[in-house]
Amino acid sequence: MPEAVAERAYEPVIGLEIHVQLSTRTKMFCGCALSFGEEPNTRTCPVCLGLPGTLPVVNAEAVHYGLMIGMALGCEPAPRSIFHRKNYFYPDLPKGYQVSQYDVPLARDGRLGDIRIHRVHLEEDAAKLVHAGASGRIHSAEASVVDFNRGGTPLVEIVTEPDVRSAAQAAKWLRLLRVTLRSLGVSDVNMDEGSLRCDANVSLRPAGQTTLGTKAELKNMNSFRFLERGIDAELARQEAILREGGSVVQETLHYDTRTGAISSLRSKEEAHDYRYFPEPDLVPVAPTEEMLERARSALPELPAERAERLERDFGLALDAATLLAFRTELGDFFETTVQAGGENADARAIANWVTGELTANLGDADPGESKVEPAALARLVAMVADGAVAGSAAKEVLSALVAEGGDPERIVEKEGLGRADAGELSGIVERAMSEQADAVQKVREGNDKAIGAIMGVVMRETKGRADGGEVQRLIRERL
Amino acid sequence: MSSEVTELTAADAAGRVRGGELSAAELFAAWRERAAGDSLNAYLWLADEAPGEIAAEGPLGGVPLAVKDLFCTEGIPSAAGSRILEGYRPPYTATVVERLTQAGAPTLGKTNMDEFAMGSSNENSGFGPVKNPWDESRVPGGSSGGSAAAVAAGLAPWAIGTDTGGSIRQPAALCGIVGLKPTYGACSRYGMIAFASSLDQAGPLTRDVTDCALLFGQMIGRDPRDSTSLAFPEELTLPTAERLDGLRFGVPPELSGEGIEPGVREVFDQTLARIEELGGQVVDVALPHSNEGISAYYLIAPAEASANLARFDGVRYGARAGDGDLLSMYEETREQGFGDEVKRRILIGTYALSSGYYDALYGRALRVRTKIAQDFRAAFERVDLIVTPTSPTVAFGLGERTDDPLAMYLSDFCTVPMPLAGIPAISIPGGMSEGLPVGVQLAGPAFSEGRILDAAFALETAIGFDGSAARDA
Repeated sequence: MPEAVAERAYEPVIGLEIHVQLSTRTKMFCGCALSFGEEPNTRTCPVCLGLPGTLPVVNAEAVHYGLMIGMALGCEPAPRSIFHRKNYFYPDLPKGYQVSQYDVPLARDGRLGDIRIHRVHLEEDAAKLVHAGASGRIHSAEASVVDFNRGGTPLVEIVTEPDVRSAAQAAKWLRLLRVTLRSLGVSDVNMDEGSLRCDANVSLRPAGQTTLGTKAELKNMNSFRFLERGIDAELARQEAILREGGSVVQETLHYDTRTGAISSLRSKEEAHDYRYFPEPDLVPVAPTEEMLERARSALPELPAERAERLERDFGLALDAATLLAFRTELGDFFETTVQAGGENADARAIANWVTGELTANLGDADPGESKVEPAALARLVAMVADGAVAGSAAKEVLSALVAEGGDPERIVEKEGLGRADAGELSGIVERAMSEQADAVQKVREGNDKAIGAIMGVVMRETKGRADGGEVQRLIRERL
Repeated sequence: MSSEVTELTAADAAGRVRGGELSAAELFAAWRERAAGDSLNAYLWLADEAPGEIAAEGPLGGVPLAVKDLFCTEGIPSAAGSRILEGYRPPYTATVVERLTQAGAPTLGKTNMDEFAMGSSNENSGFGPVKNPWDESRVPGGSSGGSAAAVAAGLAPWAIGTDTGGSIRQPAALCGIVGLKPTYGACSRYGMIAFASSLDQAGPLTRDVTDCALLFGQMIGRDPRDSTSLAFPEELTLPTAERLDGLRFGVPPELSGEGIEPGVREVFDQTLARIEELGGQVVDVALPHSNEGISAYYLIAPAEASANLARFDGVRYGARAGDGDLLSMYEETREQGFGDEVKRRILIGTYALSSGYYDALYGRALRVRTKIAQDFRAAFERVDLIVTPTSPTVAFGLGERTDDPLAMYLSDFCTVPMPLAGIPAISIPGGMSEGLPVGVQLAGPAFSEGRILDAAFALETAIGFDGSAARDA
């Protein structure tokens, strides 16, 4: 092997193709309600079953959602986009073709975060095949049945430019996309349930080279974790091939989430010739100014914009701002709390409490739905700042607010959680120092860490009502 | 009595029913009896009895209707003339049939046709050919051959068919009746088993122009289930014109010269003379790209058909064959279910859309289609209507062209350019040649059906064609 090849550094070039199931009321081309686990074949009609003589009619709400997605991703909506037929035989495709947009998509040329968007287009989902038999795959199935409930569900396909440079970046960006789509309210964006699906086009090229290497298309990564693992595995596979002087073959690959193995679905030679041609049963989608305005005005503040605003306006750290912006309900609770706290509210402290202690108590639940009133949290944070309640006692107050709701001052009073004053503390400190004579000795000999044992006793005795700094001062006075 | 009411035109019969002189149930029974005597193989299915309710007060007065097998009719066999759909009973009814039923034309039967409307002689039917009532050794034309033969032979008062490249007009011409191919989008395609979606249109096949106008007036209108349908822009009234004064008729030499047999040309020339006698002006008009119509049509229509017919895979309805393996189910079902002409067109269409051939074949055909439409637009700046023979020949013999697809394709030579341009055209009987009817075609700009029907009515009156010989047989 030439030295140069062994040492050469390779740069990953990755593009993503994301399918998003829209949460419209009805299917893409017929009036059937979307299905959420109903009995098989109960959400069907002659149109989505592809019965002879039926014709598709475009769902206006799907176009609206598609335009919202396009605009949220900074794309330019096409004045006239057209549907094509994508022809191939498969039992989950009742017409023998999928109606999809091809060379003139709904919107194109946008950007989300650090990744450029190539295109956004509308299409219909396939039905679901269920294979009887041990493998669950069609080749060795004893019998296969088709459930057409999912067939015809509206899909938006989002294709990125090949701007992604690592598996971790892909997963991080996909999270941004998911939270962005979620904020639009156009999809459940759930990877487990298949309402958000991601394929990756993966290639490597020698660092510094501008032309693209041969790509492989990796399918079936149904979680963020598997997306990252799948891409890493494929990058490793390609790098091994290149380092041995081989070349990557263009093919479609299946990532087995159970074993982590990558296997070939079909080579370039076996690739389908889809024989795309314009769908003669549909007229072009030509959004009116009214439709565009309706989509524009339906756009909420997008998570990326909100993170920037929280950072800028409230002086939050990037991590906290991102967390608050990506979990919309946390961001909303944070902003309401800051507002309730009035002019002197300490936004950074409130952000710490919302993203820290409150989230630890509530898990994934929406604080807006909890018993904690934003005004109560604002006062609690102010009480800590004023020294009326010590930090660890304040955590107990918050737990009480989560459990019962109510007013922090009353809880402090009722539970005796107010900060212990110097008079009360001095007796406790003296008792603790006599109890921990060994530790006192160690501190005197210069082992400062030993002071922790004495403080631990004081905190236990005061049930956290003491201010740590003050306790230290009192101990040192007595050394 | 039955022989008497079936001699009435549909419009006259409707008038009598609406006037209370005739009961719709009796009328249905009389026609049912006539249809049951079908010796032409025109019908594939016949209603056992009159439907419980007939909207006799509607504009169509309870006059029963023969429906081409291409239209889906709920619970009634709808096989599009194909073995692959033998016994298939759709769960819904085509919009056009639904509208006509509501307007007072109950379905009498389903008529034979070339399989999936692919053919010009009705010999491609999966259920045997139809015979021409003027001469049973000859074809009735196609693909709406069953509908045309039924009306010509007096087995139905009127019928509907579909036209993709001439499938209403050419059989109407060969059977000596009236057939109208409407403007693309005038009638809903919902429930018509698709052949070539960008060309298919439903239309009437009738004994005379008045019946045609009456039936057509109830077929039109926007359908929310068909995105390509349009509201008809003007009110249609029954035609009354007696003269053609002020109308300019364009004769395109490309569609009326070479390839037209002498007997047909003779009738055509007589028709031009009549037009002038009625005050119309006859001028030459060029349609320079219409000679390429057949080539473009036989790429575009098969391309669309190759996708439209992909759904017949044995999975959900119709025939299923094979040994249980997916690929063998696809292959055997389609091998056994489709006839030769359908297979030929699926292959042509698949090839025309294939990567590497698309631009040279399908793409080029689309460009020719645009040129043909431009030719018509330019022509209609100079003339009001275009007039041509409908078919280059009279009805040919059964079996005469079955071994020569190209000769068969040329039967559509005069009718193919209009659907490519999306414009309406009618065929009316112009006279006889060799004891067989000859059709004359009038075409106009989009949504000019009113003008076409008026002119056709005036000409029809002047020609005085007598089709009763075919009904007496």
